Amino acid sequence: MSELSVNHLLGIKYINESDIRLIFETADHFKEVISRPIKKVPSLQHITIANIFFENSTRTKLSFELAQKRLSADVLSFSAAQSSVKKGETLIDTVNNILAMKVDMVVMRHSSPGAAHFLANNVEASIINAGDGAHEHPTQALLDCYSIREKLGDVTGKKVVIVGDILHSRVALSNIYALKMLGAEVKVCGPKTLIPRYIESLGVGVASDLRNALQWCGVANMLRVQNERMDVSYFPSVREYSQQYGVDRRLLESLDKEIVIMHPGPINRGVEITSDVADSSQSVILNQVENGVAIRMAVIYLLASKIK
Amino acid sequence: MGQRVLLTSKEISIILHRLACQLIEKHGDFSNSVIIGIQPRGKYLADRLIELLKTEYNIADLRAGYLDITFFRDDFRTADRTMEASETTIDFVVDDKKVIFVDDVLYTGRSIRSALTAIQSFGRPSEVELLVLIDRRFSRHLPIQPDYRGRQVDSINDDFVKVNWKEKDGEDSILLINNTTA
Repeated sequence: MSELSVNHLLGIKYINESDIRLIFETADHFKEVISRPIKKVPSLQHITIANIFFENSTRTKLSFELAQKRLSADVLSFSAAQSSVKKGETLIDTVNNILAMKVDMVVMRHSSPGAAHFLANNVEASIINAGDGAHEHPTQALLDCYSIREKLGDVTGKKVVIVGDILHSRVALSNIYALKMLGAEVKVCGPKTLIPRYIESLGVGVASDLRNALQWCGVANMLRVQNERMDVSYFPSVREYSQQYGVDRRLLESLDKEIVIMHPGPINRGVEITSDVADSSQSVILNQVENGVAIRMAVIYLLASKIK
Repeated sequence: MGQRVLLTSKEISIILHRLACQLIEKHGDFSNSVIIGIQPRGKYLADRLIELLKTEYNIADLRAGYLDITFFRDDFRTADRTMEASETTIDFVVDDKKVIFVDDVLYTGRSIRSALTAIQSFGRPSEVELLVLIDRRFSRHLPIQPDYRGRQVDSINDDFVKVNWKEKDGEDSILLINNTTA
């Protein structure tokens, strides 16, 4: 198996375990490449990639751009805020106009779940989903699992708790798919209002007590409360949320083992984790950012090699 | 399809000793020289030469590494399949060093062209040389020639040179396999 089973990366749900292992092995090579004095390879010098972001992004957009530039691809970056989308242009028209400029691959973030699928079905380009509403964010899940593999040797058999706003989180859903596919045990923990009904049908456990969940796990992935996706109030106050579902140094020290702390960013310091936890040696938050470039290089390289 | 033995185990051993001596003649104690095995197949030849230089010729301080050229190849766009990379392990910079590329077979020269680009990621060598075990003369696509060669072979494009190493394939031998049907 040396080829992805798909031509687009729309979500973790649509790829298989061999795909993930291949992406990890390829990312290992790219991690070595980006530690060289000169961090660039010429593989994709004939490929043009458009980054189309209809939602705000800092690290994902920068990470994709850097990955593309490290692979020598030509890069177009597009933010909806400065575009004709504001003038009423449809998604397909926007993308087809970009493709008319001979673009081979599109990396898209959009607020509507399924936007990446829609694009893959309607335009002639390889599509990478960089987040579609509360649906999936596959490259984040890949880099999270890759970071666990790097820190603990493997993902299989590891116990991972995902804490926080599961309901609105595409990171949570993609992580659940990827972790389960790689053989990890997964629990989610958060206020009942932010845990989707029927989440157990994905094969994950639900914990309401954070301390017990942390005592159970080897890795805690702390999610951000997604205020921008909340139309009603899901918990009484930020202060109450952080008291019940925030991790601080005192809580970590009360456990009888050292667990790995992850966060996909951006961090609300003092809400889901305190600064002393975010900046501690148990935290792999900056490793996640570094691994993100290698993982995205691997995904782009493997998909680009299928473009004929 | 037929095959003939180009080199036996004994002949390979004699050639490796000769190549090691030629390297010492040019590079002395290797204080400013590094050996780089081109992945995937040049690794085995590089390992053998390094072992010989250390044990038989007492070169104590020998810096060496392996270079993968997958991401520097010129056929990414036209390849049928995804090209799988091998490990690169070069934990030094090659600025002002004499670099010796080591590969098993020199055929079109395209791998070495890729390696010449790839090594620049690790600095600017003062000089780059090429050592190959088998030089397939008359098959070159690019103006690249070896500085040290084990054996020169005249072969047609349908021929395939298979290098077997004891540690990987069970025995040391080099075969010329002809794929044309009569």
